[in-house]
Amino acid sequence: MKGYLTLRPGKRLSSFHLHRKSIWVTVAAAIATLAVAVISLGMGEMKVSPLDVLKVLIGMGDEQNTLLVQQFRMPRVVVGMLVGASLAGAGAIMQGVVRNPLAAPDILGVSGGASVAAVAFLLFFETVSIKWLPPVAFLGATLIMFLLYALAWKKGVTPLRLVLIGVGIKIAASAVVTMLIMFSPFLLQNKAILWLTGSIYGVSWADARMILPWTIGLLLLAALMARRVNIQQLGDDISMSVGSTVQRDRFFLLLICAALTGTAVSVGGEIGFVALLAPHIAKQLIGPSFGSALPLSAFIGALIVLIADLIARMAFTPIDVPVGVFTSAVGAPFFIYLLYRNRNR
Amino acid sequence: MHALETRQLTLSYGERNIIESLDLTIPRGKITVFIGSNGCGKSTLLRSLARLLKPKEGAILLDGEAIAKRPTKEVAKRLAILPQGPVAPEGLTVLQLVKQGRYPHQSWLQQWSEEDEKMVVKALEATQLTALADRAVDSLSGGQRQRAWIAMTLAQGTETILLDEPTTYLDMSHQIEILDLLYDLNQTEQRTIVMVLHDLNLACRYAHHIVAVHNQSVFAEGNPHDVMNEELVRHVFQMECQITRDPIYDTPMCIPFSKSRLGAGATAGSSGANAEKEEQKIAVHA
Repeated sequence: MKGYLTLRPGKRLSSFHLHRKSIWVTVAAAIATLAVAVISLGMGEMKVSPLDVLKVLIGMGDEQNTLLVQQFRMPRVVVGMLVGASLAGAGAIMQGVVRNPLAAPDILGVSGGASVAAVAFLLFFETVSIKWLPPVAFLGATLIMFLLYALAWKKGVTPLRLVLIGVGIKIAASAVVTMLIMFSPFLLQNKAILWLTGSIYGVSWADARMILPWTIGLLLLAALMARRVNIQQLGDDISMSVGSTVQRDRFFLLLICAALTGTAVSVGGEIGFVALLAPHIAKQLIGPSFGSALPLSAFIGALIVLIADLIARMAFTPIDVPVGVFTSAVGAPFFIYLLYRNRNR
Repeated sequence: MHALETRQLTLSYGERNIIESLDLTIPRGKITVFIGSNGCGKSTLLRSLARLLKPKEGAILLDGEAIAKRPTKEVAKRLAILPQGPVAPEGLTVLQLVKQGRYPHQSWLQQWSEEDEKMVVKALEATQLTALADRAVDSLSGGQRQRAWIAMTLAQGTETILLDEPTTYLDMSHQIEILDLLYDLNQTEQRTIVMVLHDLNLACRYAHHIVAVHNQSVFAEGNPHDVMNEELVRHVFQMECQITRDPIYDTPMCIPFSKSRLGAGATAGSSGANAEKEEQKIAVHA
């Protein structure tokens, strides 16, 4: 068993088998994410060197840099990482459970469901605390998830048909969103449209604090179910044969996936293709074993959103382009490539 | 006690019954092979024995206890099934696949016990995959891939193993390789093996017990020497044949008559089928 690290702490109490390559690739991705975060914190109209950024992070920066980095730039970077990790986690879960390389919450309209719920909330419940946005988005995502399940997954549909049904749902969702915006007061329209294109412009520490517990908690929950995802990847029959409770596990995993999608959408809007791209990159690097692929996907998702947002912020100053524009620019061609590769399945 | 038993088992897809009120016993420590024509319900029966399909009526007993009433993880420690044509996710290595056979023996804290390691190493050795352990399953040849899935099933460490057409899509040498492997397992470890096979001659060669499924029930069962005859083939497969002896193993061997290739019937004995063939021949010439 070379290439694996066997840990058996506590005599016969516990035992683990860790893939060495996965560990160091994940550590490398984590370091890369932090490095890009530090660079991103220093970039902007007023440049701060990475060293000064680090000083601020450990509480030793001067007053001006601290204000700039901590109050103005950091919320956006932190939210970007959390949103990216949430989307990537949701995508990894969905690809594993549906056993479909084309599946991702944004492609199948689950993000769309979250958007409908979130826009409706923003427009109709203006006075209710914004804290309720993630659960509301989660509710919308969950409803679409089960609609999708009822329509498509019952009898094991082909990848392409699932995508077709998902695209249909997605278009319907965006139509509802457009309608909601049309009938809303002018002032809110602008806000809703900016939010919809997938933008983390102007987020605050309050936003970061709002989604942090959801992202971390849900990803941990998903990690705890890694064995169950792995076995689901082998198909229902095999899962049942080895004594896994397939239907129950799938239900919980899809709930986690919907919740992660809702979390990301509630702050970032629909940032496209991150949920599709990140797990694919992770699996290319270390293989499909979910226990390793989930954390690596999360870091890669964070990295993608960070880099896309950095470009969005810097390339066309003073215009702040929504980050979703850049993730889609990379993601859409990749999606077409995947469609092409799966055309005969 | 029998390894597996069905009591008044009725299986159905929607309104249509596939198997009706069947009482069947699977002998312990033997190789049992289900034969039958396409769509006769032999795969359905096999799947139901492994609780993958809920019976409409009746019960399945594993070691004398109703399988539906036992926790599924407990069942998984005694019985494994390899379904037809399983697909591994892209990039999954042989080792990662075989490890997952240990699922029923593991928990969140207990993911790689010494017992797990021992069983996985043994399963890889038995299927001669040790050298390929780090290769991706989807990069293997058909025969190797099927061996990897069998290794996973072996790692599960169950006394009873069910396999649905384990030799489909394999060329002849790989078919023999897989069946030899299963035969050895049965001989050396007395595991109970139940499988669906399409090739009657290989079924007769490897099975201790043959079950011919036909018309929602079992047409005949028993030792291949006793049950394999022209009448069974005529009933179950709607095909005329001659049963002779396998020149190497002396097991029954079925040689089918062709309907379109005329002329052969003249030298193949004197059954009713030949008269029919002759009539056809005349009809064609007329």
